[in-house]
Amino acid sequence: MPDFAYIRARTIAEAVEALSADPQARALSGGQTLIPSIKQRLAQPSALVDLGAIAALRGIAREEAHLRVGAGMRHAEVAADAGVRALAPGLAALAGLIGDPQVRNLGTLGGSIATNDPAADYPAACLALDAEIETSARRLPAEAFFTGFFETALAPGEIVTAVRFTCPRAGAYAKHRSPASGYALTGVFVALLEAGPRVAVTGAGPGVFRWAEAERRLAEGFTADALEGLVPPADDFLSDLHASAAYRAQLVAVMARRALAGAIAGSRG
Amino acid sequence: MKFGSGQSVRRLEDVRLVQGRGTYTDDIALPGMVHAVMLRSPLAHARILSIDAGEAAAQPGVLAVYTGADCDAAGLGDIPCTTSVRNADGSRVFVPARRPIATDRVRFVGDTVAMVVAETVEAARDAADLILVDYDELPAVTGTARAADPAAPVLYDAHGSNVVLDWELGDRAGTEAALERAAHVVALDLVNNRVVVASMEPRVAIGAFADGRYTLHTPSQGVHGLRDRLAGAVLKVPPETVRVLTPEVGGGFGMKSFVYPEQALVLFAAKALGRPVKWRGERADAFLTDTQGRDHVTRAELALDAEGRFLAVRVDTIANLGAYLSQFAPFIPTLAAGGMQVGVYDIPLIHQRVRGVLTNTTPIDAYRGAGRPEASYVIERLVDAAARETGIAPETLRERNFIAPDRFPYRTAYGSVMDSGEFARLLRTALARADQAGFAARQAGRAREGRLSGLGMAYYVERTAAGQEHARIRVLSDGTVRLHVGTQTNGQGHETALAQIVAERLGIDIERVQLAPGDSDALAEGNGTGGSRSLVMAGGAAGQAADAALEAGAALAARELQTERGALAYEAGVWTAPAGASIGLFDVAAIAARENPEAGGLGADAAFSAATNTFPNGAHVCEVVIDPETGVVEIARYTVVDDFGVVLNPLLVAGQVQGGVAQGLGQAMGEQAVYDPETGQLLTGSFMDYWLPRAGDLPDFDVTKQEVPCRTNPLGVKGCGEAGTVGACGAFVNAVLDALAPYGVRHVDMPVTPEKIWTLTGGRMP
Ligand SMILES: Cc1cc2nc3c(=O)[nH]c(=O)nc-3n(C[C@H](O)[C@H](O)[C@H](O)COP(=O)(O)OP(=O)(O)OC[C@H]3O[C@@H](n4cnc5c(N)ncnc54)[C@H](O)[C@@H]3O)c2cc1C
Repeated sequence: MPDFAYIRARTIAEAVEALSADPQARALSGGQTLIPSIKQRLAQPSALVDLGAIAALRGIAREEAHLRVGAGMRHAEVAADAGVRALAPGLAALAGLIGDPQVRNLGTLGGSIATNDPAADYPAACLALDAEIETSARRLPAEAFFTGFFETALAPGEIVTAVRFTCPRAGAYAKHRSPASGYALTGVFVALLEAGPRVAVTGAGPGVFRWAEAERRLAEGFTADALEGLVPPADDFLSDLHASAAYRAQLVAVMARRALAGAIAGSRG
Repeated sequence: MKFGSGQSVRRLEDVRLVQGRGTYTDDIALPGMVHAVMLRSPLAHARILSIDAGEAAAQPGVLAVYTGADCDAAGLGDIPCTTSVRNADGSRVFVPARRPIATDRVRFVGDTVAMVVAETVEAARDAADLILVDYDELPAVTGTARAADPAAPVLYDAHGSNVVLDWELGDRAGTEAALERAAHVVALDLVNNRVVVASMEPRVAIGAFADGRYTLHTPSQGVHGLRDRLAGAVLKVPPETVRVLTPEVGGGFGMKSFVYPEQALVLFAAKALGRPVKWRGERADAFLTDTQGRDHVTRAELALDAEGRFLAVRVDTIANLGAYLSQFAPFIPTLAAGGMQVGVYDIPLIHQRVRGVLTNTTPIDAYRGAGRPEASYVIERLVDAAARETGIAPETLRERNFIAPDRFPYRTAYGSVMDSGEFARLLRTALARADQAGFAARQAGRAREGRLSGLGMAYYVERTAAGQEHARIRVLSDGTVRLHVGTQTNGQGHETALAQIVAERLGIDIERVQLAPGDSDALAEGNGTGGSRSLVMAGGAAGQAADAALEAGAALAARELQTERGALAYEAGVWTAPAGASIGLFDVAAIAARENPEAGGLGADAAFSAATNTFPNGAHVCEVVIDPETGVVEIARYTVVDDFGVVLNPLLVAGQVQGGVAQGLGQAMGEQAVYDPETGQLLTGSFMDYWLPRAGDLPDFDVTKQEVPCRTNPLGVKGCGEAGTVGACGAFVNAVLDALAPYGVRHVDMPVTPEKIWTLTGGRMP
């Protein structure tokens, strides 16, 4: 690995200061995305600002109708958390489907959404559960946070501190893994919130998105057959080595139906 | 503990390996060692106009930058291809010169363009980034069939065509006539997809030079062959001036048999710099430069008479050999399994043609099974297609055509003589264990849940390598026995299997027998691991050496006990005279060591020859469940019944079969090295894009055996190392096609990915 400076931040302020002082510095959380890219020389940061010791990025708390999950929470911790399992079982299940045990034991929520990989799982939960992203500088809705292909609204020196998910009346995630990487070839999160149904799709397009037509149907009735026969147009979908756009469209349709079935089966009424 | 033949002795090596106490080549650090990094071609096909390494060479910590010109100046020879294969017209196969470092042209992404040697790997990597290479890019060709097209870009102007091999076997006219008059002909166009080998341990080479001798530490499949080829072909020195050492090896699967440029280059640099030089491949190097496997396109036909008896097989294959001919490349699609497309069936006629083509891709060579999986896939797919077309059940059609047990020794249409086999009995056993009888009910149950079921089978036959093998035994006075063999364990469990043989012969505890690591100085000759030959060959040699050591020991024991040699009884490591006086094996060894210190104890060398191959065979039965909406296939059951002759250690054998089946299923279900057809870039260059099966992707396999002793070797054994791979692809694809039969689908190519299945099901139940 090329040389870099290593800074272990104790507080959010310290991390922000270190990152702002050096535009070539990068935040380090679970390292599951960043370290391999440094090894492959795709990234050559001058310094790594390790967020791992910042207590304020840890913890999961219930805040009325919301679950606030610290950006430093590891996928395995979210998957196993009793509160998440009770209040947003789809979110716990999603975290348990990320990568493999090694990745889940190190990778974090903050690192995942800051990367905004178009095949990552968490962004689907953020959109479906109408999450609010808390950063070192502000709070913004998930829809404003994910801005494009590997792009977020984060400004230089700004870090994600927590995500506030809305606890749904019902919700479930269905994922078709890319067999090689484990990422979502297509993942669909279907949720019924107080404000209405939401269907968020990851893996299929260049970034996570809400499937308006499916939401419209579910608004008419959140029933098992509501999505029958509905397949999204494949025009804007990714087509690559792993799947054609048409196959991704098919998977969106199937995963949406399965997530819906899961949501209804696990519904809290 | 005493453990002999037939017992499931746990692997002696595992505690060491699992605790991380194994010594692999990468664990070796020689004093003063420096590090090499290879600069790889980023283009699939290009002329090298110029290389400017000035800035790289001037970096701190950099000792040297070498290019092809330096190899030329040093008089290094080509990386060898040793082939005895001839074209059908008797002419020689075109073997292009493969320089250790490319000089004027690069021919695949990953071709070596320069080597940087520096004090650290990082310094060498940084410097490599500073080398300026001016390329003139040329059009590339990667596709197997496309390369044979006269309009395709040509790799070697001097040859004028990418077809470098055109080989035939069998009776062309007779086969053609049989096809013409047959009541029924089944024809299939098949792809045998290209796979990466993906050994857990990457390739490594550490070169040193001292006192006029080269020393190479490297994972290999046999130190002697590597030594001879490196010395003779590349370094151009007598073999005794080269010593090759191989410690633990983390998987070879054929790929680690060959001479690679890096091995020659670290020796060359070590001599030039007077420092040991180490190169360790990264996973990216492995994807780009380890030889890959398979990559055939085949037109195959099977002729049947009106009763469903097989009359003839015709096979026309184009085999992709990559950008250069690797060591055995021409041999693998031709002689390695020539004519084995007749399988275990009584088929009097075969005609096979193979054209080998060069492409702008990584060289292809032997990969677990090396030709036999490809052959088996052809015949087992043909037989199933014939069953479907004639309406005869696949097991019935197979039984009707099996070589019957009373026909052995049986001379096949391709010339080999098979010694034994009870194919019908094994197939029936496998179908019973797979509960074929209950399949219809399972299928109906799943259909109600919207899932498809398929049951498929394949009957494979292997042909293992024969030849000669060497062993040396030293019974030492410290109570241990040191065994050297000319094969090389790659993790298969040789340490245990060979110790079992020796311990049983010597009547001692198995823990006392230690297999020495590979060292070309410790044994004069050896032929390595490959072709499932080690137990038959090294086991044969080790057994002979043990017997010879006992002979020598008995003479000494007789002298010590003052009795006739013939009057001695030997049991559990002790010779006893009629009067009751006795002496132990290791006490005799101590006497031998005192009297003949040179030899270091009681010992013997042995050479074992086997002129004939063994023919392991067996039935694979695969049951799949398919989700028609997504195309995802789940293997519900996988049943294997093997005939490996007499089985020495059922546990080791089951392990080999499990791993082999997993590799075969990997190829069938999803593994594929994909090259961009325009640019020649390897698109599946990491495990994020190249799927390898994980344990969770596969069920427990039901692996059992039926022993039909081999009649052509003293142990009665048949090689087991590759067998799982040979049977798996056919069984899996046949099962998928069984499931898809209601859609009218009669063909699908490997890898059978979910998306392919979805396009065939349309996302719906039939
Ligand atoms: C083999 C493998 C399989 C995987 N499979 C999946 C999968 O199935 N689904 C899936 O969703 N993901 C998958 N991942 C990705 C995994 O979830 C990563 O953990 C995640 O993308 C990054 O999280 P991290 O904590 O490791 O971040 P790091 O690697 O430490 O950082 C990633 C990036 O985010 C930045 N960053 C980190 N934390 C913050 C923060 N708090 N604020 C702002 N920026 C920050 C870093 O500077 C860096 O640029 C996989 C990864 C691997 C290696």
